[in-house]
Amino acid sequence: MPLTLTLNNVSKAYDDDKILSGLSYTFSAGETHILMGANGCGKSTLLRICALLEQPDSGSLAYSSGNGELQVGLELRRRITLVLPKVGVFNSTVFNNLAYGLKIRSIAKNERTERVIKMLKFIGLEHKKNRNALTLSSGEAQRLGIGRALVIEPDLLFLDEPTASIDNKNRELIEAIILQMKEAGHTTIIMTTHDSSQAERLSKRIILMKNGKLGAA
Amino acid sequence: MDSIWEGFVKAFALILSFDRELLDILLMSLRVSGSALIIASILGIAMGTLTALRRFPFRDTLITVLHSCMGLPSVLVGLLLYLILSRSGPMGFMALLYTPSAMILAQVILAFPIIASLTHSAVLSVDPIIRLTAQTLGATPFQAAKAVVHEARFGIMSAMVAGFGRAISEVGAVLIVGGNIAGFTRVMTTTIALETDKGNFALALAIGLILLAVSVCINLAFYRIQRRTTAGRS
Repeated sequence: MPLTLTLNNVSKAYDDDKILSGLSYTFSAGETHILMGANGCGKSTLLRICALLEQPDSGSLAYSSGNGELQVGLELRRRITLVLPKVGVFNSTVFNNLAYGLKIRSIAKNERTERVIKMLKFIGLEHKKNRNALTLSSGEAQRLGIGRALVIEPDLLFLDEPTASIDNKNRELIEAIILQMKEAGHTTIIMTTHDSSQAERLSKRIILMKNGKLGAA
Repeated sequence: MDSIWEGFVKAFALILSFDRELLDILLMSLRVSGSALIIASILGIAMGTLTALRRFPFRDTLITVLHSCMGLPSVLVGLLLYLILSRSGPMGFMALLYTPSAMILAQVILAFPIIASLTHSAVLSVDPIIRLTAQTLGATPFQAAKAVVHEARFGIMSAMVAGFGRAISEVGAVLIVGGNIAGFTRVMTTTIALETDKGNFALALAIGLILLAVSVCINLAFYRIQRRTTAGRS
C-alpha cells in the first residue's frame, strides 16, 4: 500500500551551512512528486533524510498508510527505497544485483527468480542477466538501479536525479518506467530533477526547492 | 654442483616413491597450517572488517599495532609462547608444549595480523556507495557489512593466501614450541632445517620442492576462483 509522507518543520545543517530550514510538506500516497531546484539546494539531503539514511537536526517525519502512522524501524525501512544519482553496482551478475533486495528479505528462491526475470524484461536488460553488472553502461546501470528498487515493490520510492548524465535513449526508457509506475499508482514516488521539461512530462505535482525551503511551482 | 644435482635426483625419487615419512611430514604440515589458517582467517577477517567499518576508542592504535605485527619475528613469538606454555608458565597446566596445538597457536599469532591488516585495507578500498546502496535496499547493518565484505572478497582471499604462506613457511616458532618430534610435531620446514644440519640434502630438497608445489597449487586455486568469479566481466 503506498505511503503518505509528512514533513514537520525539518531542518538540517552541515557545520554552519544550513541546507534545509524548517520544511513542512505532505507527499500524498500513490502520487508522483517532482522536487525541482538548482544543484546544491538540498534536494539530495532531503531525500536521504526521507529515506531514513540520515537524521534531521530538528523536526520530524511521519509515514502513514491506510492503517495509520507507522513506527520507524526495519519494517518501515523495507517499504522505502532510494535510487542514488550514481548507482552503486555490486561486483556480480545483473541477475544477482536485482535479486539482492529480495535475498535480504529472505524471499524464497523460486519467487525471487520469477520476480527478477519479470523485472529484467521490464527494464530491458534480460539479454544481459548473466553479465557482470560492472560492465553495464551508465544508462543501463541506472536502469538496473531502478529495477533493483522496483523489484522489492516499495511503497515509497525516492529517485535522486535518475536521468542525470545519461544518454537520451536511456532517459526516455527511464521516463517510460516512471510513467508506468505512476499509472499503476501502487507506489508513492518522490523524484528530484533540475530539468523543468522532464518534470512537466512526468507529473503535475512539481515542488520547487530554493534556499532550503519548499514551495509550489 | 654435482651434490646439488644428485640431491635433486634423490629428491624426485623420494617423491615418486610416495615415501611414508615424507607423506606424514606433508600431512602434518597441512594439518597444522590449515588449522592455523582457519582460526586466523575467522579472527583476522572479523577484526579487519570491524576496524574498517566501525569507529571505536583506540581504533587507530589497534590498526597501527596490527600493521606493526605483520613483521613479527617468529623466533620471538616462539620464545614468548614457550615461556607461556612451559610447565612453570601461566598456561603450563594445559600441557600444550611440544604438541601440534602449540604449533597451530604459534602460526595463528603470526598469520592473524597479516590477514587482519590486509582485510582492513581490502574492505576500506570498497567504494562507500556499496554500503549505502545495501542500506537503501533495506539491509540491516550486518547485511550491509556483509555486502561490503563480499565486494572485498578478492582482497580478503589474497590476505588468506598471504597468511597461509606465512604459516606454512614458518620455522623458528614451530621449532621452539613443537620440538620437531618425528611422527608427532615434525613439519616440512623443521625437517628441512634438521636434514640440512645432518647433511641429508635429498630429503631436505624433496621437502623443499613439495613446499614450493603446495604454495604454487594454492596460488593457482586462488587465481582460478578469481577468474571464474569475474568471468562475466569480459
